[in-house]
Amino acid sequence: MSYLKPKFRHPNLPTNALGYTVADYEGSISTLCAGCGHDSISSAIINACFQSSLEPHKIAKLSGIGCSSKMPTYFLGKSHGFNSVHGRMPSVATGASLANRGLTYIGISGDGDTASIGMGQFVHLIRRNVNMTYIVANNGCYGLTKGQDSATADLGSVSKYGAVNPFDGIDLASLAMLQGAGFVGRSFSGDKEQLEPLIRAAMSHQGFAFIDVVSPCVTFNNHQGSTKSYAETRENLDAMPLDFVPMREEITTQYDPGTTQGVTLHDGSVIHLHKASHEYRTNDRTAALNAVQMATQEGRILTGLLFLDPNSQNLNQNLNIASKPLNELGKNELCPGSRVLNSINEGLR
Amino acid sequence: MDPTDTADPEYFHKVVDCQFACPAHTPVPHYIRLIAQQKYTDAYLVNWESNVFPGVLGRTCDRPCEPACRRGRVEEEPVAICRLKRVAADFKDDVAEQLPKAGKANGKKIALIGGGPASLTVARDLAPLGYALHLYDAEAKAGGFMRSQIPAFRLPETVLDEEVGYVMDMGVTAHFNTYVDSLADILAKDYDAIFVGSGAPRGRDLPSLPGRQEADANIHIGIDWLSSVAFNHVDKIGKKVIVLGGGNTAMDCCRTSRRLGGDEVKVIVRSPYADMKASPWEKEDAIHEGIPIIDNHVPMEFVVEDGKLVAMLFDQVEAVYHEDGRRELKSTGEEPIRVDCDDVLIAIGQENAFPWIETDIGIDFSRWGLPILDPESLQSTLPRVFFGGDAAFGPENIITAVAHGHRAAVSIDLFCRGEDLSQRPAPFVNLMSQKMGIHEWSYDSETTDDARKIVPLVDLKEALNDRVLEVELGFDPQTAFVEAERCLNCDAQTVFEAGNCIECDACADICPTSCINFTQNGPEDELRSRLAVPAENLDQDIYVSQTLQTGRVLVKDEDMCLHCGLCAERCPTAAWDMQMFFYNVAKASPNLVRAT
Repeated sequence: MSYLKPKFRHPNLPTNALGYTVADYEGSISTLCAGCGHDSISSAIINACFQSSLEPHKIAKLSGIGCSSKMPTYFLGKSHGFNSVHGRMPSVATGASLANRGLTYIGISGDGDTASIGMGQFVHLIRRNVNMTYIVANNGCYGLTKGQDSATADLGSVSKYGAVNPFDGIDLASLAMLQGAGFVGRSFSGDKEQLEPLIRAAMSHQGFAFIDVVSPCVTFNNHQGSTKSYAETRENLDAMPLDFVPMREEITTQYDPGTTQGVTLHDGSVIHLHKASHEYRTNDRTAALNAVQMATQEGRILTGLLFLDPNSQNLNQNLNIASKPLNELGKNELCPGSRVLNSINEGLR
Repeated sequence: MDPTDTADPEYFHKVVDCQFACPAHTPVPHYIRLIAQQKYTDAYLVNWESNVFPGVLGRTCDRPCEPACRRGRVEEEPVAICRLKRVAADFKDDVAEQLPKAGKANGKKIALIGGGPASLTVARDLAPLGYALHLYDAEAKAGGFMRSQIPAFRLPETVLDEEVGYVMDMGVTAHFNTYVDSLADILAKDYDAIFVGSGAPRGRDLPSLPGRQEADANIHIGIDWLSSVAFNHVDKIGKKVIVLGGGNTAMDCCRTSRRLGGDEVKVIVRSPYADMKASPWEKEDAIHEGIPIIDNHVPMEFVVEDGKLVAMLFDQVEAVYHEDGRRELKSTGEEPIRVDCDDVLIAIGQENAFPWIETDIGIDFSRWGLPILDPESLQSTLPRVFFGGDAAFGPENIITAVAHGHRAAVSIDLFCRGEDLSQRPAPFVNLMSQKMGIHEWSYDSETTDDARKIVPLVDLKEALNDRVLEVELGFDPQTAFVEAERCLNCDAQTVFEAGNCIECDACADICPTSCINFTQNGPEDELRSRLAVPAENLDQDIYVSQTLQTGRVLVKDEDMCLHCGLCAERCPTAAWDMQMFFYNVAKASPNLVRAT
């Protein structure tokens, strides 16, 4: 088994606006199972950060515990990282985001880490609207402990050992919408054409952005009877394609009138949504919830940008947190002294 | 595009760039692995089977393999293939016992005209089949231009004698000191077939340059002069020497001059430095020995004073490249440059010359003086006469002569057995999985980062004082190992089985050089432009799979593939496999040496 990736890269690799190649965004070689969907998500994150010309040292990766939470090792090797306690990544992310507004936060979690042990933290993260991108690599099973059903396993899905799941799965995307998330997407690890622009848009969104990614467990959940296998997911995929155009790029793609709608984000970048077979409004939370519910009932997996409110107020804005990172504030600003304390006290009398 | 047909052995053969570029198609990565394993004897035998003169070629080959080497595309320098070949020759055990012997006489008799690499290869390939082989050469020993043209400081005589000896010891009947002056005489003898490997023995001259006749005593034709030095007829030269010409012969002339008393040796060439025909490393070797190479100077006149050569005049030119690819050397109009000299060596090219082949015996020549041959069988218009080496298509190099020898031997054998010469035997091909475990390969798949190793040289002063002291010392085993590990194992083929693929993207995600793509099929030009990194190197194929479940195809650009095996390691369904490809050109005698 190879533990090192050769250093050689294609000499004609394209460079981004910062002069970096995609190789500058890579991490260590993956130790996940060969063919794991999570590796495709890693690759999509690498490509998204490369294409959006993010500076690697201005990104922080956060994770909990699980196969999914090992992923940050395999991308963005030159960025900050925090591998936290099981299900407790939201706390760390909240703290980090408050302490330094200047970084792009990418949280990676799994169905166990989010929908079971971390559920309490997850909903509060949404409620507080922490400015981050939260990606769930959702494979419907506990791959790290040999494939038991997880809380997102669909009703009736058959495990590798033949047991039929008697419980309804938690739909994290619907939950996020219900809880008020400003950006909710769903995608499939095998559909990078959709996943990459979705991640780029999420990173541009000024608030909590959630992406639920169906990511097949190739070892324990890729058999007949599983609802989250590569074949089954492809079979039932109802993908709404999209493009992401950052603010500084001229829009050169031409679409037939009426086939796309553009949504402008706070930083000036634009998400282009290609209308597939149906009318879909990303700005209507109720309609979005309905559409997802309908699709689920019909056995379809609706993917794409499900809901977006570009103007949501994030935690930093709501709490009026200092715009400078705490580590850049001087002693006098952090500890303004008794004169300021006295004036505060005076104000309370 | 249609799915790539990997059942055609030429597809994978082309992926092994070095082997494909080698005229004799020596299985390069195969023997480099053997060197890394310290199996020098086996590495030598693999070479010997393929190119007959590993020790000679490991020092003197023109190395078409190295510019082709994939390593040179992913980093600065290719693998030092040629010098690794020498390592095999330097550290091998006694191989005499493992070499084939003459076969039981089959009653057929073949004449070989000229004792160079082409004739010796024909002899080597035919001897085990029981052919009686009669080799004619004007000199006292076989070796041809390898002996007369390549200076001993590049190729020690012992190395040449050893490898020529392996062939001659297979029962070849030598007719040395015998200049063949009539092919008709040879035809009159009862040979079943005749092979002409007489080289391109005539060096070009500058007959009409003013002063040429008057200065004749100090003007020498390069290849004739080198041969006189090699056979000890000449042992000194003037202090100031001008070498005219920009090929490898010019480099050998100037370096030999330095060793025979030439203190101020200059190479003066018409073309720009970059256009010179000499191999880059030979130019470097000459410069290292203190020989300036003066380019863009066209000879105008030999200056003779008191009946003796004293200088040459040159016109300064600059190269103008026209749109149709034509190059014009335009005079700058400046005053001619005078360069003082005691001797001039003319090394401006060689020509074929067959004054000994009668015009009325049925062998047709083109208007350029070359025999008209079937390009594959090398048969002339007189069916029992075959040509090879420089005598066939003009001056080339040793490895090309060897390749011709193999082909001519096959033709001669078919001819003598009364079979159709166009029905060529197929190459020996093998393709075998290297899987040892889930993520393990039976070849060293890891890619090392080491830069190309430099071959150490003897002290310059010592070298210039001794005409036969070999300049290059060769790699020691440790350095050879590091250099051998630089080989990317391009013969470890990435074999893809579309039916097993679940399109998880793992291979595309892991590929260090972004070679692998899952995309919609299309016409080749358009498909090439659509890949993750567009496949702009049209010399390299792109592999296109059968249509996959999603209707897409897998497209792999062979250009930058490191053969690291990561695609296959990360494949959950073994749709990718690393399979070792072995390709060996058909020879007249199969199984020449014990298989390794």
